[in-house]
Amino acid sequence: MKNALGAVDTVLLLGGRSEIGLAIVERLVRDGARRVVLAARDATAGPPPVIGAAEVHLLDFDASRPETHGEVIEAAAKLVGDLDVVIPAFGVLGSQRTYDADPVAAAEAVAVNYGGHVSAGLFAARRLREQGHGTLVVLSSVAGVRVRRANFVYGSAKAGLDGFAQGLGDALHGSGARVMVVRPGFVIGRMTEGMSPAPMSSTPGQVADAVIVGLRVDAEVVWVPGRLRVFFAVMRMLPRAVWRRMPR
Amino acid sequence: MTFLTGWGRTAPTPARLARPRSAEEVAELVRRAPGRGVAVRGLGRSYGDAAQNSGGLVLDCTALTSWSLDETTGLVTAAGGLSLHDLMGALVPLGWFVPVTPGTRYVTVGGAVAADVHGKNHHADSSFGAHLRSLTLVTADGVGRTLTPGDELFWATVGGMGLTGVITEAVFQCLPIETSRVRVDVTRTRDLDHTLETMEATDHRYRYTVAWIDLLATGARMGRSVLTRGEHATRDELPRGADPLAFAPGSLLKAPAWAPNGLLNQVTVRAFNEAWYRRSRPGTGLIQKLAPFFHPLDSVDGWNRVYGSHGFVQYQFLVPFGEEATLRRIVSRLSALGVVSFLTVLKRFGPGTPGMLSFPAPGWTLALDIPAGRRGLAGLLREFDGWVAGAGGRIYLAKDSRMSAETMAAMYPRLAEWRKVRDEVDPAGVFRSDLARRLSL
Repeated sequence: MKNALGAVDTVLLLGGRSEIGLAIVERLVRDGARRVVLAARDATAGPPPVIGAAEVHLLDFDASRPETHGEVIEAAAKLVGDLDVVIPAFGVLGSQRTYDADPVAAAEAVAVNYGGHVSAGLFAARRLREQGHGTLVVLSSVAGVRVRRANFVYGSAKAGLDGFAQGLGDALHGSGARVMVVRPGFVIGRMTEGMSPAPMSSTPGQVADAVIVGLRVDAEVVWVPGRLRVFFAVMRMLPRAVWRRMPR
Repeated sequence: MTFLTGWGRTAPTPARLARPRSAEEVAELVRRAPGRGVAVRGLGRSYGDAAQNSGGLVLDCTALTSWSLDETTGLVTAAGGLSLHDLMGALVPLGWFVPVTPGTRYVTVGGAVAADVHGKNHHADSSFGAHLRSLTLVTADGVGRTLTPGDELFWATVGGMGLTGVITEAVFQCLPIETSRVRVDVTRTRDLDHTLETMEATDHRYRYTVAWIDLLATGARMGRSVLTRGEHATRDELPRGADPLAFAPGSLLKAPAWAPNGLLNQVTVRAFNEAWYRRSRPGTGLIQKLAPFFHPLDSVDGWNRVYGSHGFVQYQFLVPFGEEATLRRIVSRLSALGVVSFLTVLKRFGPGTPGMLSFPAPGWTLALDIPAGRRGLAGLLREFDGWVAGAGGRIYLAKDSRMSAETMAAMYPRLAEWRKVRDEVDPAGVFRSDLARRLSL
């Protein structure tokens, strides 16, 4: 439960190896969180990582199997009690060229990037509503704010996810539970290795810092960096003929 | 669902609120407790999350208000939801006063027991629990039990923050008074050491003493205070013709419904502190009414709103005698940082009660209010937690809204003993609050 000064006690990270996810968890632990659950594929095969002084639990979690998501969330609550922050941080980027060549791979990526978040998000929301408190942090992307031809498979999944998260946040209004939508630009990290960074890019640490501030003030939407909010207000207005010529 | 907070107006959570009208209704509600458990609430004067239960049931006990007085012995039998305000309004004209009153009259009898509240007379009379003869507690099985100071459960309940059951009735000894006035001596001290020395040297001469510290004073004046000490006035000390037992306290002012965050800042609080320090002219034998002496803030209805929407935290800690260095260290850190605290209060405690989670013990206690929006506050208070725990001190649960379970366990050495008693009487954990979850009680 969030205390008077905004520190939380427990965190569940779905996609427990995510760079951004772990960066958020580390900061929450630094600010006082004491119990962490990392859920990832074959997570229990290895030893738990050391995250500050927190007690770290591991759970096996497969984002592509929505029928198992509910059990994972209940198992996490059994381990650490009320879930104060739930972060589904799983996802794949993939290149548009690969998806063009392999439509089945594209559908599978979308199933994880969108469908997986829908089931995980709804199961998490059920638990948070029961508790009467807690925040679901949804990692959206500016790629979904206006989908670009350069990565429209990934972008369309993020667009769906962004809309889902806003709707879920509205559905939870008044229950004490919340949804925070995070919209980073290009994030320089393992997921984007080998790609040249776009303008207004950020690091996983910077995304995590923005999430921490957002959690403290109960923000509904967080842009990283913040000036992307203004930038995209303009980009959304661009005529289609111009937008389609965006180099990336 | 209703969103509830404590007096500090931080961290609201939703709960179903029920307002039982009798002890039987309390028992019935407890027997039908939902999965998220039951928390007990009185007038909501705990600063933090003691009377909240996110997603569960909260019993608002303020409809349980019956009481009676044995005029020969001064024993009062009062229902758990009766406010000290209402009780005093009836008792004072009869020549009796409550044995202990905290800084506000707007607490219930049940809350006074559950927090084992203290007042300006702690050095002389200890805390509320010391004056109790018996309690009636509705436990997790929905049964009302009468407890006396010989019972372990009695001392797990005194100071137990409502986690052993619902206190539906308490019997306690009141104090005979001749008048509804207090004879007050006011002194100003130069600095912190002077404050401590004066209190140590003169506390025994007064039933009631307290020091207000100007935390924004720095350098040689760090810890300068206004020391207020009093005694119930006798009839012959009153001006002729005065009604000796007249008592009609009320709210004179109402705080505005909304205040901007940051209204209480270094400039406004410094100006207030300066004015307060200068206004408090030294004097002896001043005759004051009970309400302005004991409950000055009660004259402003809803004063907690002045802190704005971010709310505020109260940090009240105790350090045992001999650990004055820790107190000095915290005060100097606060004044060096210019931490804005309105009405910082210092009190010298006498012996505590056997309450397993009771706060008071021989030593010094300092209470400060800080706007919750202040940057870096969490880290600063965590640092203080470490110093206080290291000195063998503790933080008052009724004020706390942010410490960690580990910190609490380090500060309350009898926690394991309390848990054992609680687990016996409530094995399924029916009684739960946000505070209990936060502190893993």
